[in-house]
Amino acid sequence: MSRVRVLIGTRKGAFVLTADGQREQWEVSGPHFAGWEIYHVKGSPVNPDRVYASQNTSWFGQMMQRSDDGGKTWEAVGNEFKYEGVPGTHKWYDGTQHPWEFKRIWHIEPSLTEPDTAFAGAEDAALFKTTDGGRTWQECPSLRSVKSDLWQPGAGGMCVHTIVIDPKNSDRIFIAISAAGVFRTDDGGRSWMPANQGLKSPWELPDPDAQVGHCVHRIALHPDRPEVLFMQKHWDVMRSDNAGESWSEVSGNLPSDFGFPVEVHAHEPETIYVVPIKSDSEHFPPDGKLRVYRSRTGGNEWEALTAGLPQKDCYVNVLRDAMAVDSLEPCGVYFGTTGGQVYFSGQSGDTWSPIVRDLPAVLSVEVQTLL
Amino acid sequence: MIRVTLPYHLRTLALVNGEVELVLDGRVTLGSVLDALESRFPVLRGAIRDRVTLQRRPFVRFYACREDLSHEPPDTVLPTAVIEGLEPFLIIGAMAGG
Repeated sequence: MSRVRVLIGTRKGAFVLTADGQREQWEVSGPHFAGWEIYHVKGSPVNPDRVYASQNTSWFGQMMQRSDDGGKTWEAVGNEFKYEGVPGTHKWYDGTQHPWEFKRIWHIEPSLTEPDTAFAGAEDAALFKTTDGGRTWQECPSLRSVKSDLWQPGAGGMCVHTIVIDPKNSDRIFIAISAAGVFRTDDGGRSWMPANQGLKSPWELPDPDAQVGHCVHRIALHPDRPEVLFMQKHWDVMRSDNAGESWSEVSGNLPSDFGFPVEVHAHEPETIYVVPIKSDSEHFPPDGKLRVYRSRTGGNEWEALTAGLPQKDCYVNVLRDAMAVDSLEPCGVYFGTTGGQVYFSGQSGDTWSPIVRDLPAVLSVEVQTLL
Repeated sequence: MIRVTLPYHLRTLALVNGEVELVLDGRVTLGSVLDALESRFPVLRGAIRDRVTLQRRPFVRFYACREDLSHEPPDTVLPTAVIEGLEPFLIIGAMAGG
């Protein structure tokens, strides 16, 4: 029988939630690494019992953990993230150049084919790769050769927060950086190109043709159609039908097109989800109503999903890595809030209920469908 | 034998309870104790001081015999009471909120 494992990173530890395919009774394990910030926890699609976790505090720095039994036990693996060569400088908040300094790992993306291979997205922005199950990490330095003197930190730091591997071509990888934009490699990370044509950031980037510097919050694709990408930008929800060569806006009738996550339905490539947030200075839902918006048309036409979600006095945020789907039928949709709730819908978003409601602030949610 | 007290998060990381006991050859300095600690518990590399520069992480503090040694250079010889195992060398997390 199918099972589901939900991997949750929070400000004060990691949690592992499991349920059978009915997804009605949930068992909660954790906190793992209590007291540490867990930016991301993600399992290998090849070996689902292999799970990686990014563990960090301001006091003691970055650790990486690996589990080979689905999150029951953990082993600290390599935590040396060294920029290749002379790290160089990037643009600082005041416009001056600032040296690259490693701070943390935001996102881990295990390979779709090799259980010992995974990518890690770092702040300050860089992409690292392991081919030995996390024991050692090497930078893919060519990413930082793409106009990186013009990259600058967003309010949350300058980080590689999104890594998306093309399931039909593992040499093609998309990454997103705040605030630099989307970058694509077609040769497994040896060379990179900016993929930001069509993005508009008039307040931050007066140049309408700026190739880098955009504050992309998240990108997602459906595995059956990897050339179609969806993006939640700082402002604007965007879509690309040509693997990031160009983008067009699909914000449509959203009450706000600011937000963080974007996710794609497991079985319907044109069904996508976002969580509108009021503004860049007010990181909470418009009108105090927590609403997921679903488009069944790949954008532009959106419907509010509210059943089971608080519709008054709600001032939580949903962070960029805190939404995921399972691949059961009907598709399960999950998201976590900065208020510590993890909401679940077993009907593709039609109705919601909290599967946990009092965790520390949720930083990331990933789902494994175990067959 | 040198006794080292680790903060809670580093004890859980190193999978130890209570104090750590280290045996050092040669001079017992701030740097040599940290070298020995990291050698015995490689998981602590990078958690107390920078891997490359060996500079103390900003929110980590070193104390011994009620003295703050955090800003002392690595070749600082530790107090006799620490060298003789009468007092522990303390590594603590700074009070920095959170």
